[in-house]
Amino acid sequence: MFKAIITITFKKSILDPQGNAVHKALKSLGYEDVEDVRMGKHVEILLRGDEPQEAETKIKEMCSNLLVNPVIEEYQVELVEVEV
Amino acid sequence: MKEDFWKEVGLSESEYELIKEILQREPNEVELGMFGVMWSEHCSYKNSRNVLKQFPTEAPWVLQGPGENAGVIDIGDGQAVAFKIESHNHPSAIEPYQGAATGVGGIIRDIFTMGARPIASLNSLRFGSLKSKKTQYLFSGVVSGIAGYGNRIGVPTVAGEVYFHPSYEDNCLVNAMSVGLMNHEELAKGFASGPGNPVFVVGARTGRDGIHGATFASEELSEATEEKRPAVQAGDPFMEKLLMEACLEVIKTGYVVGMQDMGAAGITSSACEMASRAGTGIEIDVAKVPCREEGMSAYEILLSESQERMLIVVQKGKEKEVQDIFTKWDLEATVIGQVTADGQMTIREGKEIVAQIPAKALTELCPRYDREAKEPEYLAQAQGYDLASLPEMEDYGKVLVTLLGTPTIASKEWVYSQFDYMVGTNTVVPPGSDAAVLRIKGYNKGIAMKVDGNSRYVYLDPYRGGQIAVAEAARNIICTGGKPLAITDCLNFGNPEKPEIFWQFKQAVAGMSEACRVLGTPVVGGNVSLYNETNGEAIYPTPIVGIVGLVEDLAHVTTLGFKQEEDIIILLGITKDELGASTYLSVIHGLEAGKTPEIDLELEKQVQQATLELIKMGLVVSAHDCSEGGLAVALAECCIQGKIGADVALTENIRPSSILFGESQSRIIISINKSKIDSVLQQLKKFQVPYKVLGSVGGDSLNIAGSGWKVNVDVAEMEEKYREAIACLMKG
Amino acid sequence: MKFGVVVFPGSSCEADCYYIIDQILQEPVSYLWHAEQDLRGVDCLIIPGGYAYGNYLRAGAIASNSPIMEKVIAFGKKGGLILGICNGFQILTEAGLLPGALIKNRSLRFQCENTLLRVEQTNTPFTSTYTQHEVIKIPIAHEEGAYVADKETLERLEKEGRIVFRYCNEQGEITPETNPNGALNNIAGIINEQGNILGMMPHPERCAEAILGGEDGERIFSSLLAWWQGGAGR
Repeated sequence: MFKAIITITFKKSILDPQGNAVHKALKSLGYEDVEDVRMGKHVEILLRGDEPQEAETKIKEMCSNLLVNPVIEEYQVELVEVEV
Repeated sequence: MKEDFWKEVGLSESEYELIKEILQREPNEVELGMFGVMWSEHCSYKNSRNVLKQFPTEAPWVLQGPGENAGVIDIGDGQAVAFKIESHNHPSAIEPYQGAATGVGGIIRDIFTMGARPIASLNSLRFGSLKSKKTQYLFSGVVSGIAGYGNRIGVPTVAGEVYFHPSYEDNCLVNAMSVGLMNHEELAKGFASGPGNPVFVVGARTGRDGIHGATFASEELSEATEEKRPAVQAGDPFMEKLLMEACLEVIKTGYVVGMQDMGAAGITSSACEMASRAGTGIEIDVAKVPCREEGMSAYEILLSESQERMLIVVQKGKEKEVQDIFTKWDLEATVIGQVTADGQMTIREGKEIVAQIPAKALTELCPRYDREAKEPEYLAQAQGYDLASLPEMEDYGKVLVTLLGTPTIASKEWVYSQFDYMVGTNTVVPPGSDAAVLRIKGYNKGIAMKVDGNSRYVYLDPYRGGQIAVAEAARNIICTGGKPLAITDCLNFGNPEKPEIFWQFKQAVAGMSEACRVLGTPVVGGNVSLYNETNGEAIYPTPIVGIVGLVEDLAHVTTLGFKQEEDIIILLGITKDELGASTYLSVIHGLEAGKTPEIDLELEKQVQQATLELIKMGLVVSAHDCSEGGLAVALAECCIQGKIGADVALTENIRPSSILFGESQSRIIISINKSKIDSVLQQLKKFQVPYKVLGSVGGDSLNIAGSGWKVNVDVAEMEEKYREAIACLMKG
Repeated sequence: MKFGVVVFPGSSCEADCYYIIDQILQEPVSYLWHAEQDLRGVDCLIIPGGYAYGNYLRAGAIASNSPIMEKVIAFGKKGGLILGICNGFQILTEAGLLPGALIKNRSLRFQCENTLLRVEQTNTPFTSTYTQHEVIKIPIAHEEGAYVADKETLERLEKEGRIVFRYCNEQGEITPETNPNGALNNIAGIINEQGNILGMMPHPERCAEAILGGEDGERIFSSLLAWWQGGAGR
């Protein structure tokens, strides 16, 4: 069994209004040293299988077919093997 | 079983004894849990039922009165409207977004469970002062929650009201109303009839959310209740939308014997209420209920308040037809039991019986309490406050602009622009007028609807305040060209075990009942929310009226803005020297005192009927009733909406502050085309309605001339203050 | 002219669109359930507003993978007329039939309000009965309506004249103040290269009758009919 942790964020070129709003809110709470805030999505997928290469390929497919919109988003995958 | 478990589930010792008597044995934990929720105030109305008996509930056009999931009235052409209002106060105070969202979800289910397609949502909200960060947080969360849920269901949110007052600082109020439309033959009831008929649970899976939510709603809030945070459920509006479509489709098949949504007290309440109404019994196997968490006990399954679930009794033999419809909508539909003839609510876990209670014991046999009622001590003094000694102000124009910028009076555009009020393409009068009007496609008629309530009036005179709550709601329907038909009530009060609070409750209901009788608007359903107190401080007594009326011809639809130069402005009704209980007194002088304005229900009826008649004759260009802020604010609102000024003279021989800001009742401002003045005055004389010609529409400022005083304010200045008030406070 | 209104679980404006075609335009129209593969030989598809699949994951993301979309995409590529309104526009971008994407409003809130649009292109099947640079009033109701695309795409859209509606003021001026949601270049609606697929955030079906406060939206539908009756697109 594999657990894929996918982090999806807006591309740098896209203006992230939520990130901006959170940045401002943190500043108003006194955190002056915050340089930037980006909001994203955290997706966890439990995938049956034994082959890590196969699992990674499948996850990448899922990302490009559904989970990520390449027009506005980019992503990172972390894959770990887990106990059933 | 734990010692004193009856206490944990919210029962009193005498109630526990009564349960033992009914069952003729010691109840087990599961059974006590079921009694705990069903006999909570929220589900049983045990403290309020005897008082609610005062409401008139019948009329030739009432198809279903109180007692079902929603009230239903006939609107002609074989059509009917189902509507109801409900509160979700305690959850919203703890988790505003989800509390408000699930409030909307719950009331919409109450409507479509009757077979009606929800066509509009309304809401009445109360918060503390908008200057406080906590209020801003709650306000923002509640509005987002209503928007987030309501918009996703595709039902327009078309009207509402928001009040800000310190008494709600620790107990916000979220009352959600839903209105639905159906043909007579589509009416479905919550009856578990026909022994042998299968019982389905459909929709979402059952989880551990909200267990004892009903009990939670029947308690005051304190730090201990803060810890009960998990008792707030999370809603899934997408699931609700699918559920709504599937249920409406399945009702049309004719195979549904009875349907009820699962809200407070989940499976327990839906099942026993349906059986109780039908005089039958019901048998449920909790092992068959689809759960989304592992290892749920019978207790948890029975009391779970997981959202977006319905209980449906189906004609035996038609299970597959019903199942297919739910499958189409990608929803689970599972048989969990059947109707029986033994009058018992029998709960099994597989083969084992884990609870067995006569269905009526959970509903009809719940004790009813006649609480002690005592006039509160503050009242005499507050009412007796010497208003005559109040100084007059220097600049009434400034006062008017201040009032227009008070969050309670100011434009609520910040709120309603977050709601989709146009979906359905039926919204003929959108938010911003006295009431909303929805057309019915294919017919030249419309439904007018509003939600209303002034709690300061009730605080200072509960009986009169109750009368006014109904009168004002009806007045708003009239101003949009509709005939008021019936009301639903949401009664928000403090702890009823305190005689002063119970007195307020009883008096308010008495006043409302009388107004309902005189104005011909029976109560067809409603909700009571008690225990709205924190650390002993109660909210202002807040009875809210949700009202529905019929606009017989869309040509009658009237809005409140002045429309064109030279139109003549007429005030129907009488302006008296009555500053008591006014917003002016509260905002400008910091006083919550004086006598609630008088109300003569016969005069109210005359003014309403005259206005409607004039509208029907095509003689009225605009209509707006006088309420918070009095005549001056009402005139200002007509100017702001119409983006045009007015010149009026107010010549009453009473002090200026009363003329301008007193809240005398039964007053409606109409504007008419000047060519029609003779016919209108002739009609008014015929109706024997007191009136005054105030002046005319025109220019770009509101000019009010009194005896030795005047007000001149630019419409643009008023508009800016009015429009920006709430947005400004929410930005900073 | 046969119209089809695609219905996904969670769509909420399909009845409004159906009503316009059926009662105002008085042309044949049918609902096309997302799970079906049959487009029933329609001449124009309408993808209505709402919250298909709750807008979960991303607005329009799950809907764009629905069974019927294969046929919709093929229909669009062959030149079939498709009008995507609000959620429909979001679904068209997710399905790759239109470039760019729709993201959260700058205000981070849902906004239901009337907007003024300038008609930038009148030689499309959807706008042939408007006049060039006409200012029309059509309402929006969305929380994810800000159109975005990368620099190259935007440049292409501008150069090829594929921006059909822009948010403007009464004088037809395009300024930041007239932009309700932060859409790049005040874009409210665009068309594909072939000119047969239009996506727009505002709701024309909500202002096609005087009783609802305006009729400027009606001409999108009557333009389609006029285009069709003129023999084009067959």
